[in-house]
Amino acid sequence: MNDLKDLSYEIAYAELEQIVRQLEEATLTLDISVTLFERGRLLAAHCQTLLDAAELRVVQIDDPV
Amino acid sequence: MDQLPLLFNTPVTYTVTEFSRMIQSVLNDDRLIGATVEGEVSEFKQASSGHYYFTLKDSGAAVRCAMWRSNVQRNGGFTPRVGDHVQARGTIELYAPRGDISFIIDRLKPLGVGDLFRQFELLKAQLIEEGLFDQENKRDLPIFPTRIGVVTSPEAAAFQDVLKVLRRRFPLAAVILSPTLVQGDSAPPAIVRALAALNARDDIQVILICRGGGSIEDLWAFNDERVVRAVAASRIPTITGVGHETDSTLVDFAADMRAATPSNAAEILTPDIETLQISLAQTRRNLQGIASGIVASNRQLLDDSIRSLRRSSPTAVIAEQRQRVDGWGERLENRQEAWLALLHEQLHSAAAVLNAHDPMAPLHKGYALVRHRDTGKMIKTIAGAATGDALTIQLQDGELNARVE
Repeated sequence: MNDLKDLSYEIAYAELEQIVRQLEEATLTLDISVTLFERGRLLAAHCQTLLDAAELRVVQIDDPV
Repeated sequence: MDQLPLLFNTPVTYTVTEFSRMIQSVLNDDRLIGATVEGEVSEFKQASSGHYYFTLKDSGAAVRCAMWRSNVQRNGGFTPRVGDHVQARGTIELYAPRGDISFIIDRLKPLGVGDLFRQFELLKAQLIEEGLFDQENKRDLPIFPTRIGVVTSPEAAAFQDVLKVLRRRFPLAAVILSPTLVQGDSAPPAIVRALAALNARDDIQVILICRGGGSIEDLWAFNDERVVRAVAASRIPTITGVGHETDSTLVDFAADMRAATPSNAAEILTPDIETLQISLAQTRRNLQGIASGIVASNRQLLDDSIRSLRRSSPTAVIAEQRQRVDGWGERLENRQEAWLALLHEQLHSAAAVLNAHDPMAPLHKGYALVRHRDTGKMIKTIAGAATGDALTIQLQDGELNARVE
């Protein structure tokens, strides 16, 4: 499992959606479901943090010659 | 005699005056007399004498010009400004004493919209023909553009407008500005360079090319063939937002997507963070709901299992089995009696049937059964035996041996 902190919003959210889909199918054992749910919870929290703290970054590249 | 070869081999040496005259004669080419030239004005100066001195240029070259006061007046007094596109008619002249070559202008006019439109239409038709604007070549813009390249002037209001929209809608993004001029004759090569600088990087997902509103001359760089071709050839997908809503430049057709204005381009490009917030909240609720559901259904399974277990406890099983056995025993007895009765009945019936079909019954009536003694085969007709055959005659109480006479 990749370190949560470094995941981009796009990737973290995609993984979160996949977990929700897997859990919805309800074919998993209780054990796995709990693990997935925990991971999902962490991903959701991470996404929320990214959204709340987002600030546009602006850089100017050197004058192209 | 020795002098003759010298005469033929010595290179001619001119005086400056002679050389200047040679230049002058070359400049007497018809094409340089009464020529019409279009270009951009730079370095304009009006002398105290009233004469105009300026330079006509494009991105490749420049020509020094002079317009005498008399011609200025005859021309209606039109005074060009630096940056204007103009059309000039005149003649190339060499001012021998200084060796200056100037374009002496007698007629000067600003390049009207009509002339520019003509160029626009010609170029557009040609590029359409080449397939540069074909819809099939248009690529989709990334849905989640976290790294946006921008080609524009850093000082322009257009850039600030774009930043404002991006901050509001999609602060998750990073903007990489590749600065350039956005008007004037030096703009096209600068725009091409700025675009190339972004295309050379591997961390840009989309390029936004923009400039604010202005006159058609102000926007002209975005109709320049070099710029349009560069946008069409861009490796990274492009979106343009040039001028106001009603403005249309050729880069708009060459880009993968076009917008009415720079702000509009920034909007089209990005998802709204509000929508993202809502989706995330919904997904979190879904996650919670599903988890609760799983726990609930597992609890139900557990309860069912407990009930099953209770029913299946050893005590319960034994008691049940006992009941079963007892019950069977009684039923078994009943069945045995019933079978016996049935057997009796069947026996009686069988006996009756047997009696009815007893093959020996005719013997009791007095008939005899005749057989060949050796084979035991029955003889039913006189043809079945020949004279001399040994026979066995079976009667109800025994057998007799006989021979056919």
